[in-house]
Amino acid sequence: MIAFAELLERLTLTPGRLAKIALLRRFFETEPDPDRGIGLAALTGELAFDAAKPALIRQLAESRTDPVLFAWSYDYVGDLAETVALMWPERRVNAPPPLLMEVVQSLATTPKSELGALVAGWLDASPAPVRLAILKLITGGLRVGASVRIAKIALAELSGGRIAADDIEEVWHGLSPPYTELFAWLEGRGDKPDPAGAPVFRPPMLAHPLEVQDLAVLDYARYVAEWKWDGIRVQLVSTPGGRRLYSRGSEDISAAFPEIVEAMTFDAVLDGELLVLRDGPDGVVVAPFADLQQRLNRKAPTGRMMQQFPVGIRLYDMLFEADEDLRPLPFDARRRRLEDWFARAAPARMDLSELIDVPDLPALSVLRDGARAASIEGLMLKRRDSPYVPGRPKGLWWKWKRDPLTIDAVLMYAQRGHGKRSSFYSDYTFGLWRQLEGGSEELVPVGKAYSGFTDAELAMLDRWIRNHTTARFGPVREVAHGRDAGIVLEIAFDAAQRSTRHKSGVALRFPRVSRLRTDKPPAEADRLDILIRLLEGEATIAI
Amino acid sequence: MPPHPETWLKVLPEGLFCEPGGFFIDPPGPVPRAIITHAHADHARPGHGAVLASPETMALMDVRMGEGRSGAQRQVLPYGEPITLDGVRVWLQPAGHVLGSAQVAMEWQGSRAVVSGDYKRVADPTCMGFEPIACDVFVTEATFGLPVFRHPPALGEAARLLDSVRLFPERTHVIGCYALGKCQRLIALLRQAGWDGPIHLHGALIPLCQAYERMGIPLGELRPATVAAKAELAGAIVLAPPSAIADRWARRLADPVVCLASGWMRVRQRAKAKGIELPLVISDHADWDELCATLTEVDAPEIWVTHGREEALIHAAEQQGRRGRALRLVGYGDEDDAGVEAVPGETALGGKVVA
Ligand SMILES: [Zn+2]
Ligand SMILES: [Zn+2]
Repeated sequence: MIAFAELLERLTLTPGRLAKIALLRRFFETEPDPDRGIGLAALTGELAFDAAKPALIRQLAESRTDPVLFAWSYDYVGDLAETVALMWPERRVNAPPPLLMEVVQSLATTPKSELGALVAGWLDASPAPVRLAILKLITGGLRVGASVRIAKIALAELSGGRIAADDIEEVWHGLSPPYTELFAWLEGRGDKPDPAGAPVFRPPMLAHPLEVQDLAVLDYARYVAEWKWDGIRVQLVSTPGGRRLYSRGSEDISAAFPEIVEAMTFDAVLDGELLVLRDGPDGVVVAPFADLQQRLNRKAPTGRMMQQFPVGIRLYDMLFEADEDLRPLPFDARRRRLEDWFARAAPARMDLSELIDVPDLPALSVLRDGARAASIEGLMLKRRDSPYVPGRPKGLWWKWKRDPLTIDAVLMYAQRGHGKRSSFYSDYTFGLWRQLEGGSEELVPVGKAYSGFTDAELAMLDRWIRNHTTARFGPVREVAHGRDAGIVLEIAFDAAQRSTRHKSGVALRFPRVSRLRTDKPPAEADRLDILIRLLEGEATIAI
Repeated sequence: MPPHPETWLKVLPEGLFCEPGGFFIDPPGPVPRAIITHAHADHARPGHGAVLASPETMALMDVRMGEGRSGAQRQVLPYGEPITLDGVRVWLQPAGHVLGSAQVAMEWQGSRAVVSGDYKRVADPTCMGFEPIACDVFVTEATFGLPVFRHPPALGEAARLLDSVRLFPERTHVIGCYALGKCQRLIALLRQAGWDGPIHLHGALIPLCQAYERMGIPLGELRPATVAAKAELAGAIVLAPPSAIADRWARRLADPVVCLASGWMRVRQRAKAKGIELPLVISDHADWDELCATLTEVDAPEIWVTHGREEALIHAAEQQGRRGRALRLVGYGDEDDAGVEAVPGETALGGKVVA
């Protein structure tokens, strides 16, 4: 448990992705089974206990600490589990800290009435970091910022290059803690685990952004186009072993969309876009992303939400039909299989993504520029002969996003970045002008941007921010911003959405800095009205 | 019956004052006559009339402030050698905080008070250990006066650092540490833990390390980090003041692992808020258990707390059956708590000034 506790602490505090992978890899390399597998399960959110709750921890604290000192300490630390872990009186007990496996098994099997004494015994035998890990495990507060994907990359490194993270992905959802067969496979001591009909996730095929230089040289006859819808990319896996709805990142989101799972009355693996779809007078209408966001924010929806924000799937591709792996087939062939299957199966809440012929570049441009509906992000180009390849293979699929919208905004606040950027002010809150009663104007924050600038621009902004700080709030600096003082940033974004959480009433999708407008006085930055007008013109389109 | 120390050891706006002896202890501003417990910036201010301190503290004040800047008349007093100042018997006793740090023991008309200054109880290869003195009033600090503060064995923290250096051999480990005391102790700990390679130093740390070595504390091979090539710093251990580790100075380092050696690092949120990737819980102040144990050992019926989290320590003293009193002296901060934000106007050697 000591190695796990140290790992947790370091993952919590380590911003770098590569460093996280190195920490995880070493943990998997050096810890024995089954503890490393239990650790993996804890980090990837596969463990949950419901017997032990904060009340238990509070009781423990009361039994072992002075109430006055506890209150002051809690007040200072601000986190219950951490307070108890830190101030737990240290006794010399003749026992080693518990093993992770022991903790997890006991938590699952011990009756509630005996849990207090059990946990107290563990805390007595453990140093502070282990005490904290135990208490966080109990309360389910293991948020360490290590994604499941990062864990899989670290696992793949154990194989010395024989096995890729995507290979692990293919078997992952058929495995369970403590993953001993997975480790055996990775270390060359066992065969690839057989998911045997389990509804496992398959790494999706992704598209490359289309650059101007590519446009001229593409052989359009070999491609077919589809709209790129602004929902979330999902994988529907329905096998005799179960039904799952996965996000592009392999997260199981079935519980959030029960109506989709219910409609998966087939044996197939499908690729599609999850959208809020409503019936309109001329057919199905795709709602803007903000509507889908309402559903994504919920782990499990209420009946009312399901009614208000009805979801459906626009199908792009077919990976498996029953046991048959269609991924080696060319796109055209898979598409025919998808259409035939769709005609037979007629699944509820699903439709097919429309295929659009693009004879040449001018036709493509006309198409793309005509797509102004908020629910369309741009176009996809898929080579007719492309097999379904996990990852982002070059030359097969392209995405051509429509031109971003831009505004000229004034920098208002700045915050330091993380990792390599921790010495730079690289997170920017920007604002637009809003008219007040009486005719004067004020800047109101409309969003935050963290990217889009070059290293040279970052260095320049960092310098400027340090020299124009007007106030500090913890890690945040307020910088000079007014009609004559301040710096204007051109902000690019994909769409504007209504938001009740923002003071401005508007939220931007994917805002990033596209240019520094040092030439522009802040007084000439844009007005908030410009975004409000965008919202009003956001009518959803019918297809 | 001897007079209660309250009648002769007083809190004035200028600081803690021994009335019959006519001297202040660690006054926050210039006074005619001062005794200085140790050379940290919040205890040792320049410009006094007469100054009395241990020889090591006097030497370190010269390095920090400039030769002779601590006071017009400077007198050194080795540990355990009593002198009499206007009828008050005074001697210095090791406090275990940093090199030269002393408790000030005072006796007047049969009544004895001891001012601890800053102190710790665990062994430190760079200074003499704290020696408890029985007394009527014990004047203590309480920087880490909450039971959540319990410093783990410092050598274990040094081992954690070396472990991280092995895991990330291409990265520079930059460790924020206060220039006086913490820096040299950390170097000594790294040597004990088996690191015999060079240790690179931010320019602000070099003069005090040299002073320690002149006074017989060997620190091994030290190199200036500021002139080192970036390639040399890959895999290196670099020590720097806390204000430098996450600021522009650190950009010269190779993908640094930002570490901070401080008792505050015990609380993870503090580490996170400061962007510390590897917190090292190493402190030159007594932790909660050491504070409580010291109260028992000196066994004074009355405890006065100079600064820190006095309410919790007074609560604990009262539970031991002692009277507790908060002096609320202004001007003392914890040298570590200067944080990693660069403070405009902060000198490289000085600590933070807390009002
Ligand atoms: Zn000090
Ligand atoms: Zn101090």
